[in-house]
Order: sequence, then C-alpha cells, then structure tokens
Amino acid sequence: MDPVAVPVEQGLALAAILFSIGLTGVMVRRNIIIILMSVEVMLNACALAFIVAGAKWGEADGQIMFMLILSVAAAEVAVGLGLLLQINRRVGSIDIDETSRLRG
Amino acid sequence: MSTELFPFYLAATVALVSTLLAVTRYNPTHALIYFIISLLATAVIFFLLGAPFAAVLEIMIYAGAIVVLFLFVVMMLNLGSRGDELEHQWLKPKMWVMPSVLCLILFFELVYVLSGPSHPITGTAVSPKEVGIQLFGPYVLAVEIASMLLLAGLVGAYHLGRRYLSDARGQS
Repeated sequence: MDPVAVPVEQGLALAAILFSIGLTGVMVRRNIIIILMSVEVMLNACALAFIVAGAKWGEADGQIMFMLILSVAAAEVAVGLGLLLQINRRVGSIDIDETSRLRG
Repeated sequence: MSTELFPFYLAATVALVSTLLAVTRYNPTHALIYFIISLLATAVIFFLLGAPFAAVLEIMIYAGAIVVLFLFVVMMLNLGSRGDELEHQWLKPKMWVMPSVLCLILFFELVYVLSGPSHPITGTAVSPKEVGIQLFGPYVLAVEIASMLLLAGLVGAYHLGRRYLSDARGQS
C-alpha cells in the first residue's frame, strides 16, 4: 500500500498535541506510575515528529531516530520503574510529593 | 478534504482521545490500557506515513514490552481499591487548570511556528531494508551508543530492583 500524502504540518501538529497532553500529565498527576506513562507519551510524540519528518523527504533517517528514541524510552522506563519500587518500599507510597526530600 | 486522508484523521482522533483518557484516569490499569490504544493508533499513523518497520516496532516494543513492564509493576504494587481512594484524594479537578493553561500556551506557540504553506509528504514508503542499510552504515556509532545506554539501563534496573537496598548501604 502506498503512503497517503499527509500534510507535514498536520502530522507535526498531532505530535505537538500529544506532547502537550503528556506534559500536562507530568505536571498535574501525583501517581508516579502515571507520571512515567506521561513521559512515555511525550517520547512517543517526539518519535511521531521524527517519523513525519522522515516521511517528508522519503528517507530512512527518521525511522533510525525513532529506534534510538525507542531504546531511550526502554532504558528510562526500566530505571524509572526500579526507582518506583524502591520509593514504594522506603516511603510506603507512590505519591511523588512524599519524596520531595532527598533523605526522607 | 480528500477521502485519501480519512484514515489518517481517524487514527489521529483515536490517538488523541485515548491519550487524553489515559492521562486523566484514576485507576493506573485503565490508564495503561488507554495508552495501549493510543500506541496502536500511532502505529497505524506510522504505517500510513510509509514507515512500516517503525509501525511494527511501535507495536512490539512500546505496546508489547514497555506497557507490559508497567502492568507488572502495577501488579507488584498491588494497590487495589486503596489506590483508587488515594488517587481521588490526590487529583482534584481544580488542579488541572493552571498546568493545562501553561501547556496550551506552549502548544499554540508550537502551532504558530508550524503554520505556513502546506507541504505534503513525498509518498514513497521506506522499506526495512533501506532502514537497515542506513542503520548499520552511517549510523553504526548511534547503534553502539544505544547499546551502551541499554546496558546502563540494565545495570541500573538491576541495582535499583534489589530487595533491600538500604541494608546494602552500610548502616551497621
């Protein structure tokens, strides 16, 4: 199937909206799981912007940057969820405000 | 509006609605399932944009591996109905106002930067073969850096995932 001729502005606008939703989630939520998920939403929006830009020129570079973002997201989520488990063990809560001091 | 673009708009609407629902849910499991729908819609958009390899990776790694990791952690925490009560206590509706206004301002700045004459994409699909040739040709250093990053993530996750980190820190 041939790709459809999506205007680049609309694809980038979609990425911008998704990024804004993720940023709002990071700022508003206090549950660490949802905050990490919102960071994933933001990374996914960046990946979409790279794919749109790569499709604009019909080159493979956009997909390569997508793969690098994918590995960053995987490493980030592994470390983040490990931190979440440690925080839950020590503080007994997954509220981000409970961990506002470095030495709780 | 041409009918050719209809699948793109449909997938984009699904992605936006499910992401909004994912960020606003009280229950983390519901949020993660809406996030999976958002990722699948994004994969459809990747496919429509002529990036089939990226679409497959999106489903396999994002929806298949990363979200499952989240779900494992939700199960390990085992908050149950107590988690829902806590979340209602944490998340008041008026808390949404100020961050949403700030993010909307940033969003409209982005749209202002993007506004201008329209450029459609070239409409040639990029096959996985071309991606592989580029990836292991000029971008081979990036592959090495990504492997080192993943190794660091692995070591970090192993260290943080140990059961009694505080005992190992020399409290005696």
